[in-house]
Amino acid sequence: MISIRNLTFSRGEQKIFDNISLDIMPHKITAIMGPSGAGKTTLLKLIGGQLIPDTGSITVDGKNIHQLSRAQLYTLRKKMGMLFQSGALLSDMSVFDNIAFPIREHTQLPENIIHTLVLLKLNAVGLRGARHLMPSELSGGMARRVAMARAIALDPEVIMYDEPFTGQDPISLGVLVRLIQTLNKTLQLTSIIVSHDVEETTSIADYIYVLSQGQIAGQGTPKELAESDSEWVQQFMHGKADGPVPFHYPCDSFTADLLAH
Amino acid sequence: MNYLQHLGHSTLKSLAKLGRASLFFYTIITALPYVLMRPKLLIKQMFSVGVLSFWLIIISGLFVGMVIGLQGVYTLSTYGAEGSLGIMVAASLVRELGPVISALLFAGRAGSALTAEIGLMKTTEQLSGMEMMAIDPIKYIIAPRFLAGFLSLPLLALLFSSLGILGGHLTGVELLHVDVGSYWVQMQSAIDFYDDIVNGIIKSVIFAWIISWIALFEGYDALPTSAGISSATTRTVVNSAFAILFFDLLLTAIMFGSA
Ligand SMILES: Nc1ncnc2c1ncn2[C@@H]1O[C@H](COP(=O)(O)OP(=O)(O)O)[C@@H](O)[C@H]1O
Ligand SMILES: [Mg+2]
Repeated sequence: MISIRNLTFSRGEQKIFDNISLDIMPHKITAIMGPSGAGKTTLLKLIGGQLIPDTGSITVDGKNIHQLSRAQLYTLRKKMGMLFQSGALLSDMSVFDNIAFPIREHTQLPENIIHTLVLLKLNAVGLRGARHLMPSELSGGMARRVAMARAIALDPEVIMYDEPFTGQDPISLGVLVRLIQTLNKTLQLTSIIVSHDVEETTSIADYIYVLSQGQIAGQGTPKELAESDSEWVQQFMHGKADGPVPFHYPCDSFTADLLAH
Repeated sequence: MNYLQHLGHSTLKSLAKLGRASLFFYTIITALPYVLMRPKLLIKQMFSVGVLSFWLIIISGLFVGMVIGLQGVYTLSTYGAEGSLGIMVAASLVRELGPVISALLFAGRAGSALTAEIGLMKTTEQLSGMEMMAIDPIKYIIAPRFLAGFLSLPLLALLFSSLGILGGHLTGVELLHVDVGSYWVQMQSAIDFYDDIVNGIIKSVIFAWIISWIALFEGYDALPTSAGISSATTRTVVNSAFAILFFDLLLTAIMFGSA
C-alpha cells in the first residue's frame, strides 16, 4: 500500500532519515516506534506529502506522492486520514462542525445526511454527547478522540495516528486501543501508528519498525522484536535506562562541566 | 570581517523572507476567486476584523477631530480666519490623519490579532491538519482574512474622518462659536471630491493591503512556539507602522507634491 525507498531527509545540518526503506502492508496495523525526536512525526508528514524528501521515494497506492501535482496530491489525501499529536481541531468550530467540515468541503451531501454521518462517527468514538462542545472545552483525551472521528469522516483507506496513546488515562487508553483495532477491521483500513508506548502498540500492531538515529534499528512482528538479539531493540522494548542509547543528551563529562566554573 | 559576515547573513535572510512573503501574496491572489464564491467566509471575517477596531476608530476619530477643532481655532483666529476652520479640519483628516491614524490603529488592533490567530493555528497544527484533509488553508483561512482586512480599513478610515469632522464641529462651532454656516459651507466648497477624498481612499486602500499582507504573513511564517507568536505579533505592529509612514510620505509626494 505504502512503500518507502531509500529515503533521506534532513533539517538543516541534522540528518533525520538516512537512507531508510520500509513497507506498509494494506489492511494491517503497522507501528513505527522510536524515542522522542527520532523523526516519527516527520515520517508521517513525508507520507502525507507535507514535507519533501532530499532523496528517495514514497509511493502510496502506486503513486509517487512527490511527483504528483497539487490537485492530484489533494485527491490522494482524501484517502488518507491523519490524527495529529495535538488533535489539531479547528478552534472556532464546535465538535460537530469539526467533523462535518471535511464532509461539507469535499461532498455535496445534504445537511441531514451529514448530520447522520457525523453522529455515526462521534458514536464510534463514544462522544456523541459532546457534539455541542467547543474544542477548548475538551480534555486532551477527548480532543484526540474527536480528531479520530474527523480523521475517519471521509472513510479513508489509510489512517495515520501520531502518538495516539500519549496523555490518556488508563480507561480511555483501553478504549482507544480497542477503537483503533475495531476501526482497522471493520473499515478495512490500513493503519499506521507512530508511538513510543511499547505495551499498547505491541498489543495491536501486526508489524513494527523501530527507528533510531535515522536508521531502522529493528523490524518484525511484536513477537519477533521481543525476541530480537539487537541490544538496542531490547533496550527500547523493555524501557531500560542503560544500553546503547544514552539517557543524556551528548555533552562533556559532568566533572569537566563543574570544573569549568 | 565578522561584521561583514553578519551583515551578509542578515541581508540574505531578509531577502529570503521577502521572497517567501511575495510567494505568499501570490498564492493569496490566486485564492481570491474561491473567497468570492464563498461570501459567507468573507462576511464572517469582515465582521470580526471590523468589529475589533470599530469603537477604537469611532472614539479616536471623534477626539482627534475635537483637538484639531481647538488647535485650528487658536491658530486661525490670529489671522481672523476662523471661518476656514471647516476646510482645515476636513482637509487634514481626509488627506492625512484619517488614512494614517486609522491604519496605525488598525495595525495595532486587528493586525496583531490576525498574526496571533494565524500563528496559534500554525502552532496547534490546525493549518497542517487542514492540508491533510485536502483543504487548502490559504483558501479557507488566509484569503478571506486578507480580503476582509483589505475592504474594512478604507471603510474605517472614512468613518474616522467623518467622526473627526463631527468632532471639529463640536469644539469649533459648539464650544468656541465659529459660525456654523462657514464651517460646513466653506468645507463643502473647498474639499474636492477627486483630489481630496479619492486620494485619501487610495491611501487607505494601500495601507489596508500592506497591513493585511504583513499581519497574515508574519502569522503564517511564525516559529510555531509561544515565543515565536509573540515576536511575530510585535513585528506586525512595528513593520506595519514603518510601512504606513513610509508609503504615506511617498503617496503624499506623488498626489499633492506638484500642487
Ligand atoms: N519544524 C521543524 N523545524 C526544525 N526542526 C524540526 C521541526 N520539526 C521537527 N524538527 C526536528 O526534527 C527531529 C524529529 O522530530 P519529530 O519528527 O517531531 O520527532 P518525533 O515525532 O519522533 O518525536 C527533532 O530533532 C526535531 O527537533
Ligand atoms: Mg512526534
